[in-house]
Amino acid sequence: MQLDPNTVSHNRNKGETLVWLSASGLGLALLMVLFLLGLILVEGVQVFWPRDLVLLELQPETDSLAGQRPFLAGSIVEKPGNPGTGSGEWKLMVGNKDLYGTAYRFVPEQAILGRRPAEDLVVAERVEYGKAIFFPLHLITPSGERIEAGDPHFWKDFKASIDDVRSRFLAIQDLERNRIGALNRKIHSLERTRRHLLRQQRDGIEVDPRHLEDIEISRDALEEQFQELAAEVTRLRREQEAGSIHYRLASGQEQTQPLGNLLDVYRPNRMNVFQKGAFFLERIRIFLTGTPREANTEGGIFPAIFGTFVMTVLMSAAVMPFGVLAAIYLREYARQGLFVKFVRIGVNNLAGVPSIVYGVFGLGFFVYFLGGTIDQLFFSRDLPNATFGGGGILWASLTLALMTVPVVIVATEEALASVPRGSREASLASGASRWQTIERIVLPAAAPGILTGLILAMARGAGEVAPLMLVGVVKLAPDLPLDATFPFIHLERKFMHLGFHIYDLGFQSPDSESARPMVFATTLLLILLVIVLNLGAILLRNHLRAKYKTSTF
Amino acid sequence: MMAASQQPDLPDGPPDPAGRDYIRLQDYSFFYGANQALDTLSFSIPKEQVTALIGPSGCGKSTLIRSINRMNDLVEDVRHEGDILISGESVFHPHIEVISLRKRIGMVFQESNPFPKSIYENVIYSLRVSGVRRKSELDEVVERSLRAAALWDEVKDRLYENAFTLSGGQMQRLCIARAIANEPEIILMDEPCSALDPIATGRIEDLIYELKKHYTIVIVTHNMQQAARVSDRTAFLYMGRLIEYGETESLFISPRIPQTEAYITGRFG
Repeated sequence: MQLDPNTVSHNRNKGETLVWLSASGLGLALLMVLFLLGLILVEGVQVFWPRDLVLLELQPETDSLAGQRPFLAGSIVEKPGNPGTGSGEWKLMVGNKDLYGTAYRFVPEQAILGRRPAEDLVVAERVEYGKAIFFPLHLITPSGERIEAGDPHFWKDFKASIDDVRSRFLAIQDLERNRIGALNRKIHSLERTRRHLLRQQRDGIEVDPRHLEDIEISRDALEEQFQELAAEVTRLRREQEAGSIHYRLASGQEQTQPLGNLLDVYRPNRMNVFQKGAFFLERIRIFLTGTPREANTEGGIFPAIFGTFVMTVLMSAAVMPFGVLAAIYLREYARQGLFVKFVRIGVNNLAGVPSIVYGVFGLGFFVYFLGGTIDQLFFSRDLPNATFGGGGILWASLTLALMTVPVVIVATEEALASVPRGSREASLASGASRWQTIERIVLPAAAPGILTGLILAMARGAGEVAPLMLVGVVKLAPDLPLDATFPFIHLERKFMHLGFHIYDLGFQSPDSESARPMVFATTLLLILLVIVLNLGAILLRNHLRAKYKTSTF
Repeated sequence: MMAASQQPDLPDGPPDPAGRDYIRLQDYSFFYGANQALDTLSFSIPKEQVTALIGPSGCGKSTLIRSINRMNDLVEDVRHEGDILISGESVFHPHIEVISLRKRIGMVFQESNPFPKSIYENVIYSLRVSGVRRKSELDEVVERSLRAAALWDEVKDRLYENAFTLSGGQMQRLCIARAIANEPEIILMDEPCSALDPIATGRIEDLIYELKKHYTIVIVTHNMQQAARVSDRTAFLYMGRLIEYGETESLFISPRIPQTEAYITGRFG
């Protein structure tokens, strides 16, 4: 029989189409993912780069807010066309929210007459109202000396006084947050014990009066320390009031600000690439290690990073044993029948339950029932204040563990099923019991697959937001779940979370325009955190794979 | 020779009059669900000899060998009838614990299946699971077992390397060393050479010849020459039935049943 060349090529073409179709499917998926990641990466990194400022001269009376003079200074956020000729609008970050009302401004291209030199423009990060962009006029140093902006020493002295101000600001923060906070907690705890004893006394239970006295003495001592610290804070605050900067906005308004309101000043148009790079790194450092300010739109997000990390680790610690043990029973011990089949279908379907449902369950079961019971039994003296009976990092981790347990079960079952039959049989034939076989042979060989399940669970858990809102995530947590006060791990505390932070910044913030850069930066960070956690698990998996490799052929 | 070749040649032979029968099957049948894999087998396997089980694929050889150490317990939906006795004691007796039974019976599989552990750990696995901890004892067992498996000289300098660094033939000898580490009474071998080249096969066969001085060996094989070379007795199974059983020499030279002859001369199977 002869082959018809037409048939042959026709057959091959048929196959080709499928190849192309699947390849374009993959291509499209990759493209979308890369576009999303690229957008987040570019936008997220850009946030920290000091952008050049422009000074625009506008047609008079185009912008009623621009003030006496038709000038506007700021950094360009969006620039669709050229001044004068275009029909679009430039989006500028103009700062000075206290005077302009909003920090962002849209200027019609038609109205822009031209750009003017902007070398002297200064950007100041402030404690309140975001950035200020201005031409400095003169500085009154804390010692009362007046330095004009034209003075050659002006910038150096200005910088130096701002550095002093910033270190005082951080000192005040430390005092208020950490030391006064710790004292407050001690005082509260003593006070609760005292009230508890008094209540017992009222109820007719014998109470050692010396005990009460001791409490009062130590409380008074603490109160004294508290007063000292408070006085220290007041002194520092007063120092912050000394000295001021007098400046004029591009639009003409003049203003005087106490130096204590400023955190950092810089002149982006006078910085070279290296200075900008150093500034960029410093801003990233502050972002990663600092605490949030101004409704989370400024400052750092360390508490959220830490909260996400601790929660993910706790979740993994909870989900691993549960999921793995359940899978071992299902695969190794249970009789493979109709019932097990139903259980398996049920487990798979659990993965499809909306996460908010887990949140509701977590709230009802973990927080109200378990937490409430724990409070009744062990923390009754604190009632009606909830200890475990409110949302907290433990309950959030357990809720997420419950949510991700199907992922781990499915992955573990697959891993157990793929352990070669020969290894099991050899072990059993050597006189090992079923459990010994599982423990010594099956689990080590399945470990890489089990870790894959954990990676998937972590990726899902770390990015989840909806259930957390019900079981312990907050916009601003005063304390971290781990700190230096006994018992060091505070599982009952509420915590901050990167995913929730993104939601809160993007959709709950009073000034969503100012929050936008932070949303991108936070998103980038959350993705990086998930990648880091996954990489850790992947490295561990590869290590185990190499160790338990069962094939040399 | 005469006494031995008289009675046991019969498929349903009574106990060996010489009293050497060690593993004894009594009307043993085995079912996978509704499928009968073994049909009322009754014969004896003598002590410290090599007994080969031959027959075409699916005839029940592996099922039979795996019945002896109750590896079939792991398969779902199976049942058996009749009995298997070792030294007169039923392996299915409720007093017999399957773990202690398997400790008395070593097993070597078709695919060499060392554990992903060091050579040392592979050999002493059965002692580890019995809770033996003394290093000196373990060292001794490793050397003795590896020497018995003719592997000692090749691996004595790399005992702590992963077993998967060995060649296929070495791995299978390691599995034999593992099977005899516990000093069992019986060694079951399920086609131990089917994945090996002729040279490695030859070494394993030499080894089987050595081992039968101390152990009762039951070997399943597809290779007629191998059965003829290594075994003292041969049982031919077909469709779950014992067709012919007897001294290897007489079975191969003058089979009494035409089916046996057809199989060993390669006309079917």
